[in-house]
Amino acid sequence: MRTAAQERSPHHDEDHDHVIVPSTLRRSWLAGAVALVIGASLLGLMIGPVAIAPHRVLLELIDHIPGVHVHSGLDTYEANIVWEIRAPRVALGLLVGAMLATAGGAFQGAFRNPLADPYLLGAAAGAGLGATIAISSGVHAGSANATILPLAAFVGALSAVALTYAVGAASGGDRGPASLILAGVAVASFLTALQTYVQQRNASTIREVYSWILGQLAGATWRDVLLLLPYVVVSTAVLIATRRSLDVLTVGDAEATTLGMNPRRVRVIVVIAASLGTAAAVALSGLIAFVGIIVPHTVRLLTNHSYRVVLPLSFLGGAAFLVLTDLLARTLMQPAEIPIGVVTAFLGAPFFLVVLRISRADR
Amino acid sequence: MSTLAIEGLNVTLGRVPILRDVTLHAGPGEWLGIIGPNGAGKSTLLHAACGVVPFTGTISLGGDRVGALDRRTRAARIALVPQTPSVPPGMTVIDYVLLGRTPHRAALAPETCTDLAVVRTAIDQLDLTRFARRTLTSLSGGERQRAFLARALAQQSDIVLLDEPTAALDIGHQIDVLQLIDRLRRELNLTIVTTLHDLTLAGRYPDTLAMLAEGRLVALGAPRDVLTVEIIEHHYGTPVRILHDDGGIVVVPTPRLSRR
Repeated sequence: MRTAAQERSPHHDEDHDHVIVPSTLRRSWLAGAVALVIGASLLGLMIGPVAIAPHRVLLELIDHIPGVHVHSGLDTYEANIVWEIRAPRVALGLLVGAMLATAGGAFQGAFRNPLADPYLLGAAAGAGLGATIAISSGVHAGSANATILPLAAFVGALSAVALTYAVGAASGGDRGPASLILAGVAVASFLTALQTYVQQRNASTIREVYSWILGQLAGATWRDVLLLLPYVVVSTAVLIATRRSLDVLTVGDAEATTLGMNPRRVRVIVVIAASLGTAAAVALSGLIAFVGIIVPHTVRLLTNHSYRVVLPLSFLGGAAFLVLTDLLARTLMQPAEIPIGVVTAFLGAPFFLVVLRISRADR
Repeated sequence: MSTLAIEGLNVTLGRVPILRDVTLHAGPGEWLGIIGPNGAGKSTLLHAACGVVPFTGTISLGGDRVGALDRRTRAARIALVPQTPSVPPGMTVIDYVLLGRTPHRAALAPETCTDLAVVRTAIDQLDLTRFARRTLTSLSGGERQRAFLARALAQQSDIVLLDEPTAALDIGHQIDVLQLIDRLRRELNLTIVTTLHDLTLAGRYPDTLAMLAEGRLVALGAPRDVLTVEIIEHHYGTPVRILHDDGGIVVVPTPRLSRR
C-alpha cells in the first residue's frame, strides 16, 4: 500500500514512467505555458510608450483583486492608460494569438499538411477583399468604420471558405483533403486578384488597406475583446475536443476509416470551427501571418507530436506569442509602431529556425 | 462472430472492373491465403471487406452484412494491416497501438483503463515493450511490422486482414512475422486473411489458398491443390517447378536464361 508521503515524493513521476503510458499533456508543460501567458500579459501591461513605473502597474493590478487593497500611486490618467489602452490590447492579443495558433494546429492535422495555416482555405484573401471594399467604398469615414470594416472582413473570410469548400467538395469526390487544399489556393488567388484590382482603382486608400492587411492590435477596445471572446471560446473548445480524432487522422483517410472513424466528418467540424474563429479574429486584428504555423510546430518540436499535446499548448503558446510580438511591435521603434504581422514573421522565422536546429540536434 | 463470408463480390473502380463475382469463406481460426499475379485484385478484396472501397454483392462479418454495420461496429469486427501503412512522423509506438482502440470508444471520449490494458497486452504479445516509447520512424522494418500487428490486435477484432505482411522483410523476418501470426491466430482463435506474393510461404502457412487472376477466383482449396505447375504457369506466365519437402511445398521459378 502506498503512503501519502510516497504519493507526493519527488520520485513519483519517475516511478510512474516505468508503466508505459500514451502521450499526454504533462503538468510541467502546461505549467510552463500558463506561466508564459501570465508573464507575457504582465509585460504587455507594464511596458508602453508612456513611462509608468512597472511596479506601480503591478500594484494597480493587485489592487483590483477582490478583497485586496493597496495603493498603486497611479493617477487617473495613468490608470486609464493601463485599463483602457494596454489591457484591452493585451486581451485582444491573447485571444487572436490563441485562435490563430489553435486553428493552424488543427488544420495541419485535419489536412495532414505541415504547411497548413488558418488561411489555408482562403480566409485571409476573403477577409482582405471584404476589408478593401469597405475601406475603398468610403463607408470607413467616421465611426461607422468600427462596425462595418470588421463585418466586411468577417463576411469576406467566411464566404471565401464556403466557396473553397463548395468547389473542393464538388471536384474532390473521394480524393481526400488534397482537392480542398488546391481549391483553397485557387480561391485565394482569385480573391487576391479582385482585392488588388479594387485597391488599385481606389489609390487614395492604398495606405489604409495596406496597414490593415499587415495586421494591428492598436486601438483595441474592450468592446472588440467582448465581441471576439465568444467566437474564440467556442471555436477553440471544439477544435481542442477533436484532438484524439486528429491523432487517428494522422494515418490517413483510408486507415482511419478501417479504424471506424469518419475522416470527412472530422474535417468538416474542424473547418467550420476554425473558419468561424479565424474570420472573427482577422476581422478585428487584420491579417497576422505566421502564428498558425510557427506556434504549433514549435510546440511539436519542444514537446510531442500528439494533438492531445499540440492543440492545448498551441492555444496557450499562441496567446503568449502574439502578446510578446505586439509588445515588440509597439516598442522597438517608439513612438512609431511596426505592423505586428511584420514582427511575427521577422522575429518568428529566425526563432523557428533555431528551434528546428536545436530539436534536430537532440534526436 | 469471426466468420468472413464473401458472396458474389464485384468491385468497380472508376469504370474498371477490379473484382468479378468472387465468393470466399473463412471460418474461426482459419488462415486464408490470397495469391495471384499483380493486379489480380487481392488488395482490393481486403479493402472491400473493411469498408474502404464500395462493392456490390455480399460481405458478411459474423453473420451481419458489412453494409448494415456502422463504422465502429465494423472496425471492432475486422482489422486491416495495409501493405504499406502510414508512419506518422514523431508518433510513438504506444500512441500508434492506441489508435487500434478507436472503434471501442466514442468520438470524443478519452481512453479507459481497459483500453490501456488491451494496448499494453498487445505490445507485450508482440515483444515491443522496450520500444513502446520510441517513435515508429526509429524502428527497423521488422519491428515496425510488429507495431502494425499490435495496432490490429488492439482493435480486438476476430477477423484480421494482412496485405502482404512480408513484403518489405528479409527471409528471417518474413518467417518471424508469419510464425507470430500463426501463433496469435491459435491463441486468440483469429480468422486470418493474408495476401502473399511468395508462393512457397503461401504453401506453408495458410490452411486454404484462393488464387485470383484478372479479378476472378480461378482456384480455391488446400495449398497442394492450388499450387500446381499447371495453375501457376497458366496464371503467372512463367515456368516453375514444384518440390515437396516435409514442411510443405516449394515453388521454384525456372525461367530460361540466355547463357553467355
